[in-house]
Formats: sequence, structure tokens, C-alpha cells
Amino acid sequence: MSDTAAEATVPRPAQESAIGPRRPPLLAVGPVAWARANLFSSWLSTAVTLALIYLIVRWAMGFVDWAFVNAIWSVPVVNGQAQTQACRALNGAGACWAVVTEKHRFMLFGTYPYEEHWRPALCVLLFIGLYIVSAMRRFWRKELAYIWIGTLTLIGVLMWGGVFGLSYVPQERWGGLVITLILATFGIALAFPLSILVALGRRSRLPAIKALCVLYVELIRGVPLISLLFMASVMFPLFLPEGINIDKLLRAQVAIILFAAAYLAEVVRGGLQALPRGQYEAADALGLSYWQKTGFIILPQALRLVIPPLVNTFIGMFKDTSLVLIIGIFDLLTAGKTAIIEPAWQGFGIEIYVTIGLIYFIFCFAMSRYSQGLEAELNRHRVR
Amino acid sequence: MRPMRLATLRTLGAAVLASVVAVPAMAQQPAPASGAATMEAVKSRGTLSCGVNTGLAGFAQPDSQGRWAGFDVDYCRALAVALFNDDSKIRYVPTTAQNRFTALQSGEVDVMARNTTATLSRDTSLGFDFPAVNFYDGQGFMVKSSLGVKSAKELDGATVCVQPGTTTEQNLTDWARANNIKFTPVVIERLEELVSAYVAGRCDAYTTDISGLAATRSVQPQAAEHVILPEVISKEPLGPAVRHGDQRWSDLVRWTHYLLVAAEEFGINSANVEEVAATDTRPEVQRMLGKNGGLGAMLGVDNQWAVRVIKVIGNYGEVFDRNLKALGIQRGPNAQWSQGGQQYAQPFR
Repeated sequence: MSDTAAEATVPRPAQESAIGPRRPPLLAVGPVAWARANLFSSWLSTAVTLALIYLIVRWAMGFVDWAFVNAIWSVPVVNGQAQTQACRALNGAGACWAVVTEKHRFMLFGTYPYEEHWRPALCVLLFIGLYIVSAMRRFWRKELAYIWIGTLTLIGVLMWGGVFGLSYVPQERWGGLVITLILATFGIALAFPLSILVALGRRSRLPAIKALCVLYVELIRGVPLISLLFMASVMFPLFLPEGINIDKLLRAQVAIILFAAAYLAEVVRGGLQALPRGQYEAADALGLSYWQKTGFIILPQALRLVIPPLVNTFIGMFKDTSLVLIIGIFDLLTAGKTAIIEPAWQGFGIEIYVTIGLIYFIFCFAMSRYSQGLEAELNRHRVR
Repeated sequence: MRPMRLATLRTLGAAVLASVVAVPAMAQQPAPASGAATMEAVKSRGTLSCGVNTGLAGFAQPDSQGRWAGFDVDYCRALAVALFNDDSKIRYVPTTAQNRFTALQSGEVDVMARNTTATLSRDTSLGFDFPAVNFYDGQGFMVKSSLGVKSAKELDGATVCVQPGTTTEQNLTDWARANNIKFTPVVIERLEELVSAYVAGRCDAYTTDISGLAATRSVQPQAAEHVILPEVISKEPLGPAVRHGDQRWSDLVRWTHYLLVAAEEFGINSANVEEVAATDTRPEVQRMLGKNGGLGAMLGVDNQWAVRVIKVIGNYGEVFDRNLKALGIQRGPNAQWSQGGQQYAQPFR
């Protein structure tokens, strides 16, 4: 007994300092422990994990084989005819990325004159630059408005041409990614302010304004986007006096703006309703006018509440622009579909769709990530 | 900070609004007056506005560089060459099956060369005219060449792949009854499944419109293993359409088609047209190519129009071979009337 007591009190200086503070055993923390707890906790869990790993690895290997190992990246073109026999000989064992190599410019720029492709290419870069600049909070100043006006004017000049020695390119020759970006950017940028007005109007105490806004939202939400596009494209021209034609793209653009605004208005209204009544009353007590109250107190709080559904609608609208295919506008998706109509390239749809899907994903994922960041930053005061 | 940001937002919205309100002004296009003289409108505008398919192999499709090509596109080009001696002065307006008629009615396009079937209701109640039929399509059969079948009438007792709910199925039944033949239809809704059923040998024959059969055949790895039989069992006369009530414009479209057909009949092609125009002594050829008779002026173009069109576009046979032969489409009903087909040009006099 005394032995053990003595032993316990005897210091072991050399050993203690050499060991120092020790990490917990590997099996208690870290990835191994996580895997043990979550993937291999019971025999059933282990079996499911192993089966899934097997399937995923098999699928991934098959995909790598298809997309990279067996893939053909280009084929010879003789007399303007692509020789796709090599691709057909693969019989689906590998991807024929040659179709993307050959058609990527058509997918991105549609029937825009080939020699002038640098113009829509520059426009795409300008759009992306505009998105990036607008996303940075340090640029959220008055000047940003001028940047938007300037960039959009520049894009218009580049696309149409007809000045500064650029040749004129009519709208029906535009196509591809740039059409998707134009429809989405103008659609969202114009629908958003409109939706705020409609949302405010719907909560207005003036019966005429309220009725008008309710009517607008319910009418537009009551029909699918496709029928709005049809009306813009098919019925609207018949109402115009003879000899007057409004650009097809513009008609589609207006339809998309009206559609997006109706949905966004309901999102914004949700934000307005979520604000406690005290905020309104406090603003009134300060003697602010309606527009001061709305601008300084209500909207800044309401909008940050609805960032997730707003971005949800934005992403939806970005993809909905592909519906313009039914009225003969060559957006990214339609251009891709048209690219594989040529007999030599028929049957290589998967490669085209994978590529287009990737482009859509990049834009939508960027929007999604950005909104998450914005949400975290703007709602920092609410985090406890 | 907050008011500042809001003011920015507001300015931004106003700015975007303003910039887009300015856009329609730029987007306004000179439009033809429908019903009135399309010819004058087209001439004064200096470009032809031509409605085409958004993409149909062989008939209208943009190539990798975005240039339109195809059988119907060549008709647009022929008209532009006849009017302006320049086949780049065309606005191709891609139209879908849904918006094509409005595009023509509203004057967005001057002529619609979009594989559209001429029917009574389209001619009358939709208010169009079909000046000419440039492609006689119709339902046909495709079989594997290993079957050794030369005519659809040898298909008694065969299984036939067909899409349901279309006139295709009805036509098949009607034709079988009329010819006292028994078919076993294999009805499959989706086109890809239908084609793969045929390729896999679940049916002996596959039936749909000839141009569709040809397109399917051309993408098979071994196209030569499939043969399209000569029988055509339904009528799908395709041709350019114009607005009703503008006869001069309609005349030009009609006679441009006849010009291409007649040129083939007389053995005139893009390579020899100038030589023929200078040396040929056949009276009709001389009138057609503008040596005498003043026929071009009667149509509202100049007398050299025919030489120009044939030189740039070629004759009907050349147009057909260039666009449709590669798809495996045979002349069939589109052969010259003298070869047993239905392409028959009215006389140039």
C-alpha cells in the first residue's frame, strides 16, 4: 500500500516532459473516427457503405473511361464535311468531344457572323465582369449605375454594330450564350425594381393601385411562361398596325421581365410581411414620408430577409430563358440542339448536353455561392 | 451608409430602365406592309426576309460557322439573287412550327421557305398562297437491305414500326387495305425507341415521312444496310408560302421555282449557264435566259435574273443533290416530269 502511494508521489520528470500534451487516440477524433461513427457503425451500415463505394467507384471509372480515356477530341474536316466515322466506331464507349471542338463557336455565338465572333465573346466577358463588379460591396455606390449604363451601352454597340466601323448585325443573327446572358441579365435587372413596386403596391391602402397589382400578379402567375412567350411572339404582332414590327428578342425579353417580376413581387411581399409592425410605426413616429420610410427603414430590412428565395427565383429565371427556343430564338440550349442537326453530328447529343449543363451549372452555382456569402454578411447581426 | 446604398440601388434601377427604353428605338426594323406590294417593300429595303426552319437536316440548318444552308435556304438565296444579285442580302428568320404562320401573317418575313405542307385550310383561312411545290414529301418505308425487298408491296405479313396517334398510322392502315396487304404494326411512342426497335430487328420495316426516314438512315453507322423503298403512300407537298393577295410577289416565287426546274430540264446548270445563254438557239431557252421576250421585266426583275440565279444557285437537280442526296433522299416524285416525276415547269413564254 505505502509502496503504491510512494510510487504515485514520486515525480517522473524526464518522461512527463518528453511526452507533453497528447492527442486523443486516432480512433476517437479525425476522419477515421468520423468514418467509424457514420459509415461503419453497424454491419448494415458497413454493408451499405461498401455497396455504395463499389457503385460510385465503378460509375466514376466508367465515366473517366468514357469522358477521358476513350474520348475523341477532334476529327478531320475534309471539304467542310466533318469525318465522324472514328466517333461512330466508338459506339458509345467513349465521348466524342470532337462535336464540341467543332461546334463550340456555334453553341456560344449561334449564327452571328463567324468573322465577328470576337464581338459577342467580348460581350460575354463584359457581362461576367459586370456581375463580378456588381457583386463586390465596395463598388456599391452611385458610380455603379454609370458602370451598368456604360457597359450595357457598350454591349449594345458591340452586338448591333453599325457604328465605329463595326458592321451591322441584325438581332435574328444573335445567338448562343450571349442571348442567354442578355435575357437573364435584363430580365432580372428590370424585373427586380418592378417587383418591388408591385409588392409595395399590393400592400398599398389605395384601392386602385392595390387592385392593379393583385390583378397583375395573379394574371401573370396564372399562366406558364411558355404561354406568355407565345403571346409575345404569336399574338402580339397581330395586334400591331400593319408595317410595324417589334423585335422578336425584345418581345421575348418583355415577357420574361413581366413573368419574373410577378414571382419576385411575391417574394418581396413575403419580406415586407415578415417585418414587425413596430418598424413601420417607429418610422411613422419619426415623421418620415412614405418613400423615406420605405427606402430607409422597410426595404433594407425586408430584402435581406428574402435573399434565399430571391436568388432561388433568379436561378430559376436564368434557366427559364431557355424556353425561348419555342419562338425560334437561338439561346445556348437551342444553339446546342441545332448544332447536332447536321447529319455528320447527329447522335452526339450527350456530349453537347453535358457541356451546356456545365455552363449553366457554373453560372447558377456562382449565383448560389454568392448569395450564401451575402446572406451571411448582411444578416451578421441576427446570428447569435 | 444604408441610405447611400439605397439611393444607389434606385439610381441603378432607373439607369437600367432608361438604357432599355432606348433599345427598342434601335431594334425597330423596317417592316414590309403586308397585303400591299411586298416586292416594292423588299426592293426598297434592300434585304429579303426569309422564314426558315430552326433546324432540319438537309432543308435548313446553320453550319459550324453559323451560315445557313439547305434545300429551303437555297430558295431564299435564289430569290435574293433574282432581286439583288447578292445572296448575302437575306435575313434568315428561324421559325418554329408554332410561330411560323404569324411570322408570315404579321409581315415579319416576306416568304416562308420552311418545309410547310400546302393544304386547303392554310391556303384559305390562314390567308397564304403556296406558289409552288418544291418538294413532294410523303410517307414511305425503310427496310434492311439484307431483307432483299425492292417494293413495299412485297412486305405482306411484315411487322412495321410506326408512331401512334399521327396520320402516319392511319395512312399505313389505309394503304395496306387498299393494296390487300397485311401488316403487323409495332406501335412505339418515342421516336428514339422506335428507331432502335427497328434497328434491333423487332420489326421488318419502319414507316414515316420519306425525308424523316432518310435522316434516320443517314445517321446509322452502316447506312448502306438500310434502304428506303420507292413507294410513297401519303401526300405532303412542301413549298414556299407567301401572303395571300400579293400576286406579283407570289409570281416571282413561283417562277423562280419553275426556273430551277426548267433549267434542269434544258440541261442548264451553274457551270454552263453563261455559255448556254450566249450560244443556245432553242427559243424557250433564249426567252428564259433573257435574250429576248422580256420575261424578267414582266416578273418585276431584270431580264438577266435567270442567268444570275442559275449561276449562283444551280438548277433544281443541283440544289437537290447538294442538300438532300447526302441524306440518302432519292428523287422519286421530285424527278422531272419527263423522268416520271412530278416536277413540271410551266412554259417560259
